[in-house]
Amino acid sequence: MYNPDLPLEVRVVDKIRETPSIFTLHLEFTDPDIDLEYRCQPGQYNMLYLYGVGEVPISIVSDPEHRGPLEHTIRSVGRVTRGLDRLRVGERIGLRGPYGRGWPIREAEGRDVVIVTGGLGCAPVVSMIRYVLRRRERFGRLVIMQGVKHTDELIWRKQYEQWQRLPNTQVLLSSDISGPNWPFSVGKVTVLFNQARLNTRKSIVMLCGPEMMMKASIERLLALDMPPEAIWLSIERNMQCGINHCGHCQVGPHFVCQDGPVFHYPELAPWLGVTGF
Amino acid sequence: MSAWSPEHPDALDQLNQRPQPRPKVAVHKFSSCDGCQLAFINAGEALITLSQLVDIVHFAEAGPLDAEAEVDIAFVEGSISTPHEKERIEQVRRQSRFLVSIGACATSGGLQALRNFNSHSAEQWTQAVYAQPAYIDSLETATPVAEHVKVDLELWGCPVNARQVFAAIRALLFGVMPLIDKDKLCVECKRRGNVCVLVAKGEPCMGPVTHLGCGALCPAFGRDCYACFGPAENPNTHALARRFVGLGLLPEEIAHRFHFINSHTPAFRSAGLEWAE
Amino acid sequence: MDTQYAFLPRNALDQLLDALRKAGFDRLVGPIARDGAIVYDTLTSAAQLPHGYRDEQAPGRYRLHQADSGRCFSWANGTQTLKPLTFAPQEVLWHCERDAEGCLRFKNPTVNHSPTAVIGVRACDLVALRLQERHFLGGRFHDPHYGARRESLFLLAVHCTHPAKTCFCASTGDGPKAAIGFDIALSELDEGFILEAGSLRGGELIRTLALDDATERQRELAKTEIETAALQQSRSLPSQNLREALYARLEDRHWDKIGMRCLSCGNCTAVCPTCFCHAEHSVPTLDGTQTTHQRQWDSCFTAVHSYMGHFLVREETRLRYRQWLSHKLASWHDQYGRSGCVGCGRCITWCPSGIDLTAEVAALTRQETSHV
Repeated sequence: MYNPDLPLEVRVVDKIRETPSIFTLHLEFTDPDIDLEYRCQPGQYNMLYLYGVGEVPISIVSDPEHRGPLEHTIRSVGRVTRGLDRLRVGERIGLRGPYGRGWPIREAEGRDVVIVTGGLGCAPVVSMIRYVLRRRERFGRLVIMQGVKHTDELIWRKQYEQWQRLPNTQVLLSSDISGPNWPFSVGKVTVLFNQARLNTRKSIVMLCGPEMMMKASIERLLALDMPPEAIWLSIERNMQCGINHCGHCQVGPHFVCQDGPVFHYPELAPWLGVTGF
Repeated sequence: MSAWSPEHPDALDQLNQRPQPRPKVAVHKFSSCDGCQLAFINAGEALITLSQLVDIVHFAEAGPLDAEAEVDIAFVEGSISTPHEKERIEQVRRQSRFLVSIGACATSGGLQALRNFNSHSAEQWTQAVYAQPAYIDSLETATPVAEHVKVDLELWGCPVNARQVFAAIRALLFGVMPLIDKDKLCVECKRRGNVCVLVAKGEPCMGPVTHLGCGALCPAFGRDCYACFGPAENPNTHALARRFVGLGLLPEEIAHRFHFINSHTPAFRSAGLEWAE
Repeated sequence: MDTQYAFLPRNALDQLLDALRKAGFDRLVGPIARDGAIVYDTLTSAAQLPHGYRDEQAPGRYRLHQADSGRCFSWANGTQTLKPLTFAPQEVLWHCERDAEGCLRFKNPTVNHSPTAVIGVRACDLVALRLQERHFLGGRFHDPHYGARRESLFLLAVHCTHPAKTCFCASTGDGPKAAIGFDIALSELDEGFILEAGSLRGGELIRTLALDDATERQRELAKTEIETAALQQSRSLPSQNLREALYARLEDRHWDKIGMRCLSCGNCTAVCPTCFCHAEHSVPTLDGTQTTHQRQWDSCFTAVHSYMGHFLVREETRLRYRQWLSHKLASWHDQYGRSGCVGCGRCITWCPSGIDLTAEVAALTRQETSHV
């Protein structure tokens, strides 16, 4: 029987503590043949299975073509993610995937890539940023705008500072509440739009983060004449099967687990920010 | 010693470290019928397995006696209904890393919490009931453990069953919180394939507002649920009471449906009071 | 084809059951009267069928009555028919073992569903089955658990002649005559049954019975009974496509009114033959060396359905009801090309609060229905 939901065994080869509640797992298939076969796209996710406890969908942050451990950055919020937070290097978990629709790589080629993220929700775009940086010549300007509530919520600060120094790359950061040692902007992520050098005619925008922040950002982008067709966003819902069957992740007519998690804005526009969907 | 809480997972972390001394477990009894402790005693082979996983250091009904022992997990049965119990529960809290209240008495005050409605003082009714009331030292109310000390986990039911208790222990040993499903009994009843006694027989079944977990025991035998597991999440007690009116119940009878085993829970308390006058 | 309309005398019903057993269907499932309702259970003889029973259904009410009739199928429907047989209330998806070194071994469950013949399937059940097949088997991912159960079934439909007051399959276009998905369809007459084949194996089975053809009069009588059954239905939906009408009313105040009466108990979704939501969870052994990953029926009326770790997408009852109704009657069109409602009326009957989907749709679409 071919069972599309049978997990594969992976080993934790490294674990990086990003903040007290955010960590990154580096995972490697224990069967080397699978390691060679495994292919994913930026923006896709895996279902991670903690033995005896359950599964959770987690976006893949590593570059899809980079041979090496799969990286997953996880925030401990629920019972499974808190359990995953207790894993130590060498321990084994289950993994199935990759699942879902990732970022529109082909559509992005030759265009400026504008990334807008808010809160702690930046993991789904990290693989896209890495993808662009490794294939820099295929893309135009890279603009990264990241907003956080508090300055201490910014993870990967070093990485942002590193990206900031790269040519043809603009990194803009803002925090709702300012704090010590914060040389960046203060306010919602939308305050950054004035500083961003946006060419609305040759850009593709990729957003992820809280839905209200994405909605506000999109409204601002549309006001700046960004065409709706140029906007893509990644959303989250309760996902238990990952294969279109369990029904939890529906947003209007969409099954986020397979139709998403990355959506073309015009598809999602009627549902974005509508309470209850 | 700090209790485990979602924000401070370290305490439970120690439970799933290997190698390690086995976690210490205590079962304490307060005002109750002892029925919830039978979830352990009647478990048969599982009890032997449990004794290989943990050290049961205090469990008066089963034998081991060391009420003052410091433990990793304490199970508490019974409500707080005497001045002595009020002191003792604080002692139990101090000496326990993770405190689980089990059963209706411990989680909601239980059947004896019906006295909380009584306008007569404890002194008056003890004199009416007992030949030698001088020996009775009782509080005016019988209240759940969580009204006195911090409770890390509640297992509802009158009584709790072995499946619930052992699933909770297993999850805690894995270092995660157990999955507590607060859905309505109907969900479980329908999975079991029972014919709805409310719809097919006109019985005043409490299932639509009751916390699942019993396996829909009563409806499986053609009887209406009497809510021994307490209120479910989001219980629409008003709509169910209206339905009971349609089935011919008198206001007093409706009040009694809510004021029974879990009368001290806010949802059932107010629903019953609405119909008691 | 001479087996196209064969006549089975009433006293020969057991011969049909024997023929099914001989054809390899070790398990026969059919309607019986139990616990005050028609339920589907293992059948060993035709005598167990609910002879003479009539069902009286209304919002939140179901009663069985014994009538003076020798018929076995003179009722509309019961709690469930095919759904528990294909989409099981609880199903093991896989097993996992962990050894002393912490290595995990994932295993598929052993699947062995004995060939099962189901007698007394209704037209609405068959359309619902087709819809669930589209969901579990028709997409990119084939569900092997559903598939294995579905493949084990041989279906004997019975055209409906006694609709309940809650039935509205005529308005959804899914009944009362079984049109698709059966191996054999039966029309019940006082003197016996007309059998018609819906599949090759159904035709073969009818041939093994060596029956006479049904007469013209018998076929005419059966046809009239089905037509009358359609006319007797008093409930209806205003349209077979309410997609635009409901999408336009997602913020209607009427959802609040329903939310006041709805118990969010999930009974409607459990009895709905097309609802497919399920939750997955792990069930480890106490010693922790083995665990079973299971799925079980879930409902968009539960809190956990929209659980997001730190919040619920649908905290309030009105939002849960809106999710159900707008999925069933609106977004189902986007997903599966038609409505998810087959008009069986179970959600009306088995709602403890007696909420009537047809009445709620009428109330929601009452205004401005003309331009929809």
